[in-house]
Amino acid sequence: MSFPTVIRNLCRHKSVAVSLVLIVTVISVAVLAPWVAPHDPNMQYFDGLTMEGAPLPPNDEFLLGTDLLGRDLLSRLIYGAQTSLIIGIVANGIAILIGTLVGVSAGFIRGWTGTILMRLTDLMMAFPALLLAIALAAILQPSIWIVALVIAMVNWVQVARVIYSETIAISSREFIAVERTLGASTLRILFSHLLPHLLPTIMVWATLGISTTVLLEATLSFLGVGVQPPTPSWGNIIFESQTYFTSAFWLVLFPGLAIILLALSFNLVGDALRDELDPSLKGRG
Amino acid sequence: MKRPLLSVEKLSIEFGQGSESKRVVDDLSFTLNPSETLCIAGESGSGKSLSALAIMGLLPKMARVPEGVILFHDEDLVGLSERRLQHLRGREIGMIFQEPMTSLNPTMRIGDQMLETVRRHKLATGAGAHKHIRDMLEAVKIPRAGDRVRQYPHELSGGLRQRVMIAMAMLCQPQILIADEPTTALDVTIQAQILDLIRELQAEFKTAVLMITHDMGVVAEMADKVVVMNQGVVEETADIRKIFTSPDAEYTRKLLAAVPRLGTAPTRVPQVFGEPVLEVSNLRVRYPMKSQGLFAPAREVMAVEDISFTLHQGETLGIVGESGCGKSTTGRALMNMVDFEGDVRVMGTNIRGLKGAALKKQRQDIQMVFQDPYAALNPRKNIAELVGEPLLIHRRGTAAERERRVAQLLAQVGLPEADAMTRYPHQFSGGQRQRICIARALALNPRIIVADEPVSALDVSVQAQVLDLLEELQKDYELSYLFISHDMAVVERLCHRVAVMYSGRIMEIGSRDQVLRNPRHPYTKRLLAAVPVPALDRKLTPAPLDETEAPNPIKAKGHVPPAVRYEQPEEGHFVAVSV
Repeated sequence: MSFPTVIRNLCRHKSVAVSLVLIVTVISVAVLAPWVAPHDPNMQYFDGLTMEGAPLPPNDEFLLGTDLLGRDLLSRLIYGAQTSLIIGIVANGIAILIGTLVGVSAGFIRGWTGTILMRLTDLMMAFPALLLAIALAAILQPSIWIVALVIAMVNWVQVARVIYSETIAISSREFIAVERTLGASTLRILFSHLLPHLLPTIMVWATLGISTTVLLEATLSFLGVGVQPPTPSWGNIIFESQTYFTSAFWLVLFPGLAIILLALSFNLVGDALRDELDPSLKGRG
Repeated sequence: MKRPLLSVEKLSIEFGQGSESKRVVDDLSFTLNPSETLCIAGESGSGKSLSALAIMGLLPKMARVPEGVILFHDEDLVGLSERRLQHLRGREIGMIFQEPMTSLNPTMRIGDQMLETVRRHKLATGAGAHKHIRDMLEAVKIPRAGDRVRQYPHELSGGLRQRVMIAMAMLCQPQILIADEPTTALDVTIQAQILDLIRELQAEFKTAVLMITHDMGVVAEMADKVVVMNQGVVEETADIRKIFTSPDAEYTRKLLAAVPRLGTAPTRVPQVFGEPVLEVSNLRVRYPMKSQGLFAPAREVMAVEDISFTLHQGETLGIVGESGCGKSTTGRALMNMVDFEGDVRVMGTNIRGLKGAALKKQRQDIQMVFQDPYAALNPRKNIAELVGEPLLIHRRGTAAERERRVAQLLAQVGLPEADAMTRYPHQFSGGQRQRICIARALALNPRIIVADEPVSALDVSVQAQVLDLLEELQKDYELSYLFISHDMAVVERLCHRVAVMYSGRIMEIGSRDQVLRNPRHPYTKRLLAAVPVPALDRKLTPAPLDETEAPNPIKAKGHVPPAVRYEQPEEGHFVAVSV
């Protein structure tokens, strides 16, 4: 099936079409941030604060209002999209990759290799994720790529566990046994027969993971080991201003909405893509 | 004439709403009197199970009953409140299902599960309740009933579990017992006992039995009246005698003709077969068991114990036996899917311990067809990919040549439709799927095909077609089949020689006529006597339930049991002695 056909089929559902548009918009805005953003995200505007020094609510000059330091919230959100997308996609992608590799190897090979891999996973799981992230971030010089790597190191564990049990379930199905009797090599069984069946699970984790990674990044930023200020990210905007939630709701509302909408869109597109790629859900009867 | 206990009138069941609705049962009517047995017979998709569920008020949520009444005494069960239905269920109408393991709660002791029913319907309390349960377990002839109440379902054999299910259903002494394929998951010798038990209970408690079955042998055994259903439509409702002597409906005649009958195949002139293609000597398969503790001795399950046989070119050797006898494990060992000891020579090459390229090469000579064609086909691949897969793995020909070969294979197995290639397994019926599996097994031109219960999952009419296909292919290519089956009638139809397995060993092996017509070993005799015959007045007399269960196959690692000695009463006929 060609790429355009898949896209066309996906767009048959209105909600999925809207989600796709939203994802594409967020990505383009993030890429084009210097041209799209109305203000400098790190500029502390003198007229961005009230006389009492409180942030401004949304107005003509600052469309989504300003933050505690008088910076334009809209511009910070636009630049923050860069950070959040990098974290969401790169960190999550690495996590899924490691998790799938470990899970599939452990589930398919079993024996000693499998046991060692899964015990390692259990060990990682037992280790407090946040503490590990803080430790890693403290050792390595904080930058957005390091943060992405740290988040990936923490997040692959759940993926590995789920993929492991899925792999065991699928490889005990008869058609895998049939492949062996036909003389298929292990690699062929893995790529041609096992992975397509793992795809739905991987897809769900990939889309769900985007929201959790964005939030984990926010936590790390809040603790000072994530994305370093003044670089904005959706997460650290929320955390910086959470104590002002009652007096300046927009500071939490807009970045929160951004995270929710992006996560939701990825989830919807992920689900639709999974169904689209499963031939047994089409042409029934 | 007295009023019937249950009368179903013009019952219809539909799935879905409005224009998209699909009628799965149409215009079903029958009556059931006390002490009577009515069988609803039909193949898969006939709507027989749904009809039973409708009576119990257990239809799935998507199903509706647009028309019809189900009168139990004077009460219409259609649209009755859930509360009232709960009262009737179990108390007035009991039900037993096909698979006793999944119908019992695996985390509860037998006694506690039965106690729930006793309490729910306020049958008895305290010591009385326990006595009632024990009495019922004894009524279904469960040995040592007092101990069984403390056991969990997994500690019982399949036959005993089904007895427990029946005991549970009979606790309230319901007026109607609905049995949905109650013996389909059981071995024939156990089936004979369970059917006998249902008959006895029926006589004792005057219960009316509504039995759902696909097996005309069971129908002949049990029914007073028969409803034959096909695709949701009632083909015929008649007295048992009429069904088997002069059925009105064309479909009934076809169904009866398709049923393989043990003892009806013509006697075979001894044939001379070609070279031996498969020589098995002293095959032994043992599965290691998890050790019970750090210092506990290692244990193994003896699945196959010291068996030997030879298969010649163009010959079909049947391996029959009940579940757990090791017949499937034997097949898996021949395919090198499990580790084994002993010699297995395929076309003269010993396959034990073969790996990598050598194993891959050897796979071209021996291929396998599995029981469940749906499970054996990857649902995400289309038919061209599935059937072409072995060619791709073994790098046979170019893409265009492979495509031609796939088309040719599909035509050979009777799937000539041009668009079959691009369709997926779920778009085919069970019989067609099995044909696809056979096409795939044939792709590499193997000499031997191991067929593990290849027709057990299929309806009888489809079964006959697939057996015909196998015979035809054998003639065309001089294929040799190792045909593993529990169904004696199917084995009789297809096989030239038969081996009977029990507890991992071969009890008797010889030509088909020697083993099935003139059985020497007591186990073979018992097995043959238990097969229900789809004919009138041939009621089974099951052997009394013996407490001696099959010998425990779990032994200490390295345990060597005494070798079996064989006697040879005739040329080529071997019978085990002293086991």
